Amino acid sequence: MANEIQYQYQEDNLIKSEPNKYREEDLKSEEMVINLGPQHPSTHGVLRLEVVYDGEIVRDVIPHLGYLHRCFEKHAESLPYNQIIPFVDRMDYLAAMNSEHVYVMGVERMLGIADKLPKRVEYIRVLVAELNRIASHFVAVGTYAMDIGAFTPFFWLIRDREHIQRMLEWASGARMLYNYIWVGGLFYDLPVGFEERCAEFVKYLKPKLAELEGLVMENKIFIDRTANIGVLPLDLALNYGVTGPVLRGSGLRYDLRKVDGYSVYPEIDFDIPIGEGKVGTIGDCWDRTDVRVREIHESLKIIEQCLEKLTKEHKRTRDFDPQELVPKKIRPKAQDFYIRGETPRGELGFFFRADGKSDIPFRCKGRSPCFVNLSIISELSKGSLIADLIAVLGSIDIVLGEVDR
Amino acid sequence: MELEDITSILKDKFGDDIIREVDENASPQAIVVSPTDIHRVCLELHTNERAYFDMLSCLTGLDNGPEAGTMEVIYNMYSVPYEIGLMIRVKLDRNKPEVNTVSDIWKTADWHEREAYDMYGIKFVNHPDLRRILLPADWEGYPLRKDYQHQEYYRGIKVEY
Amino acid sequence: MGLLDKKFNSGGVIITKVDDLINWARLSSMFPMTFGIACCAIEFMTTGTSVYDMDRLGMAPRASPRQSDVMIVAGTVTFKMADRIRRLYEQMSEPRYVISMGSCSNCGGPYWEHGYHVVKGVDRIIPVDVYVPGCPPRPEALIGGFLKLQEKIRSESLMAPKALERLMKKQEA
Repeated sequence: MANEIQYQYQEDNLIKSEPNKYREEDLKSEEMVINLGPQHPSTHGVLRLEVVYDGEIVRDVIPHLGYLHRCFEKHAESLPYNQIIPFVDRMDYLAAMNSEHVYVMGVERMLGIADKLPKRVEYIRVLVAELNRIASHFVAVGTYAMDIGAFTPFFWLIRDREHIQRMLEWASGARMLYNYIWVGGLFYDLPVGFEERCAEFVKYLKPKLAELEGLVMENKIFIDRTANIGVLPLDLALNYGVTGPVLRGSGLRYDLRKVDGYSVYPEIDFDIPIGEGKVGTIGDCWDRTDVRVREIHESLKIIEQCLEKLTKEHKRTRDFDPQELVPKKIRPKAQDFYIRGETPRGELGFFFRADGKSDIPFRCKGRSPCFVNLSIISELSKGSLIADLIAVLGSIDIVLGEVDR
Repeated sequence: MELEDITSILKDKFGDDIIREVDENASPQAIVVSPTDIHRVCLELHTNERAYFDMLSCLTGLDNGPEAGTMEVIYNMYSVPYEIGLMIRVKLDRNKPEVNTVSDIWKTADWHEREAYDMYGIKFVNHPDLRRILLPADWEGYPLRKDYQHQEYYRGIKVEY
Repeated sequence: MGLLDKKFNSGGVIITKVDDLINWARLSSMFPMTFGIACCAIEFMTTGTSVYDMDRLGMAPRASPRQSDVMIVAGTVTFKMADRIRRLYEQMSEPRYVISMGSCSNCGGPYWEHGYHVVKGVDRIIPVDVYVPGCPPRPEALIGGFLKLQEKIRSESLMAPKALERLMKKQEA
């Protein structure tokens, strides 16, 4: 049954809900304020930017957030630990597996069952998380190319992403928001034949990645639009707390998979690509994208090693139950706990406070990488051209669900 | 590097009273300081070459409820060169939650403090631009306080399902 | 096309109702607005690209509300966004249609109970023609929603514009 329309219109509704920071008297005579978003195809969702221009030059950028604030922290204070996982999925909807992995790991460590997990469960978690990382980077690079003006890469990448989505759907039952990794195990073992099909997919994807590099990374237009644009120096990046490909693009080999060495990542051999300034300065937009593309190669390496382990050492057996360790009641001891892990966009952290008396966290805060990464936008784009503002914004690769939570 | 090294750095500089409490149960291990000291403690940890906490990972506001009458702000920081994390907690009065900003030390804190203000109404003194960040500017109340009751209508739209 | 060419090569005549002709033209080229809010927008994007290829149904996404016929509300509508959605809807030219995609915009979805900042259903802000369930709906489901909307347009009539009649009645009263 459809609802009645309840909305009451008033002329100053828009201004009252989110006033501009700049008023007319703050501006110099040549300057003007232009509003970008929240409905703008290249803001990657519902981000609103208040931009102060002087002709073609950007003088200041003020991001206005909250158009997708879905009260994650309120839900986390109202629901038991295992029921929060679907909401964690919906935070970073492009990399749900990675977010789940971090969250679940935190709860398991609080319960003290993190070391008892079977190796097969850990390898499956890493496998699906890396598959999702590839899918997420595909969207990041594809939409970025589209922002810059190239349509074809987006179509090609979405075509390949569809294979990953179908595989993960086969395993979990959902295309995007999986709820596959559970506290203490998995929803289900991998379906029979998954390993073989995944190996086939890796073989299929490798030549496609070479195509991608020719089409995007070595493209003259792409290089012209991104090289030497939006250069982020390392000290500024650290001070802003930026993580993920944006920090690595500035040249610091900082990846939590190596630094913290969680799950089975220490047993796996892979490199951390960093920005080298191949076509411009270290830390420019091209470097950030290049880090993402090379991370896809590294993820493929990780997937191959996981498949090797899953088919040889930790084989599927008849009596293997991935839900064996799933606790009936999740009630951690009273403690403060901060867990972090590497998602495709950087350091995803969860702060928990458990009171030891209930199955519901007393407080659970999500520290999302996009929220922090986005805060450098005004620093990066001051003094650049209008068109470069879009290039800078796309290279940060934000997901608004995670910015606003 | 251990927690003792960090506490000794702080004790050498500011005296023994600076650390109210040490919580070794927390992960990473936590120290509790007074709200008036937080700015100089953070500045020391950020600039001292033996600690060098150059990354503020997370800043969390927290409400202990009207019975306890306190609020907390929790700082999670990480030192990239020494590879150690640290948690600092400050306890505030619930009726007048005020604490010094650390956004001049770490720029990360800027938006995180705005978020804590938005959700809890904690006032960060000397913050350059303390506005609501996620909710609309004309929203009533601070939603993550334990005694929060959401408003009934916003723009004539019912908030309840 | 070859067949049609041969049939009408000497200036053939088709007899049809104006309603049918206009409806047919309208429903075969519905331009949705490129407007994504949350998770569903990713599935909307997937629908538009190579694998599902929305273009074959005559739907090319347009960036401006002034050029588009259909608005797909793809994602969670928050109170802060409510004003903007209303504004965008009013910027579209008549006849305009709205597809509500996903549980969140249908009724609040998983956020119905504790989501203090989520509008429980976009139909509290703008009138909705087709609801597509799912969280998020598969691209097939979205295409199904489009086909439903086409059916709806097919049965419309220029001669009896219901909405206008209702409006006039209101003014008279």
